[in-house]
Amino acid sequence: MHELGVVFHVIESVENIGKENQLTKVASVTLEVGEVSGVVPSYLTDCWKWAVERSDFMKGAALHFEKIPAVTFCEDCKEEYPTVKHGKTCPRCGSGNTYLLRGNEFVIKEIEAC
Amino acid sequence: MGDFRILEVKQSVFADNDKRAAEVRRELKEKKVFLLNLMSSPGSGKTTTLTRTIEALKGEMKIAVMEADIDSDVDAKTISDLGVKAIQLHTGGMCHLDADMTYQGLSGLNAGDVDLVVLENVGNLVCPAEFDTGAVKNAMILSVPEGDDKPLKYPLMFSVCDVVLINKTDVLPYFDFDMEACKENILKRNPKAKIIPICAKTGEGVKDWADWLREQVSDWKN
Repeated sequence: MHELGVVFHVIESVENIGKENQLTKVASVTLEVGEVSGVVPSYLTDCWKWAVERSDFMKGAALHFEKIPAVTFCEDCKEEYPTVKHGKTCPRCGSGNTYLLRGNEFVIKEIEAC
Repeated sequence: MGDFRILEVKQSVFADNDKRAAEVRRELKEKKVFLLNLMSSPGSGKTTTLTRTIEALKGEMKIAVMEADIDSDVDAKTISDLGVKAIQLHTGGMCHLDADMTYQGLSGLNAGDVDLVVLENVGNLVCPAEFDTGAVKNAMILSVPEGDDKPLKYPLMFSVCDVVLINKTDVLPYFDFDMEACKENILKRNPKAKIIPICAKTGEGVKDWADWLREQVSDWKN
């Protein structure tokens, strides 16, 4: 359900970019997806295939993903650690005084179009 | 067709919605209308809490409600029985409202002469948190039976909320709900969150909540 709404947002953004740049056809769209962004690429692809068929400009466009690993920073020991494995608590010093450095991105990186 | 090229975009997927939301907020500021986005799980007591809130404030300000639901208009009927303007927004299967749907709802309400509009979002702790509706403040209701660990399971929802109402405090003796642990879990995600325990059924804590809301509405208008 959520993925479909997100796909419509991506398509709308790409269509706007297409208008601004006088593009006529999109071959592919590349998204950067953070590991903890909550976006599930396989669901997104299913919705994408269905949704792009409804637009002449987007018809047949492929969807590519680039995954960004999630990294958290500990303010107490000033070190980084992988978020998915350890969550909010620093595996070195046990502090909860931490924040996410990267990994919640959900970005349209580039489009391939003419 | 052979001249496909790569355009670097580097734009957040939510950028268009965020822009639209900022426009909605600007218009609300001009018209001096306060929009509250109320979120929660299904069954946490949104409509009952809203009923209490309206009873507490309707004597001093003009209130309107937008009920977002996948289908049906049961909530809008309950609210309009209280004598305030209510409209139902159907999301057509979507799990959240975005800024554009909110804008259409506000136009449908003709909200210019209203002081407070409450947007009752779709009952869901995941998707509504990701879409800025254009509201001035975000509120969420967490009810005791849902458990004190919800802030750990749905971190984004708790981090976008300005205020968290912990509802159904009357059933606390029957659940393993640790109020202090819950508050700690919320503040860990969002140190700025205001937390107000209430019981919409008995009215406990509703005054604190109404006071908070009254102050927000008045700050927004001035």
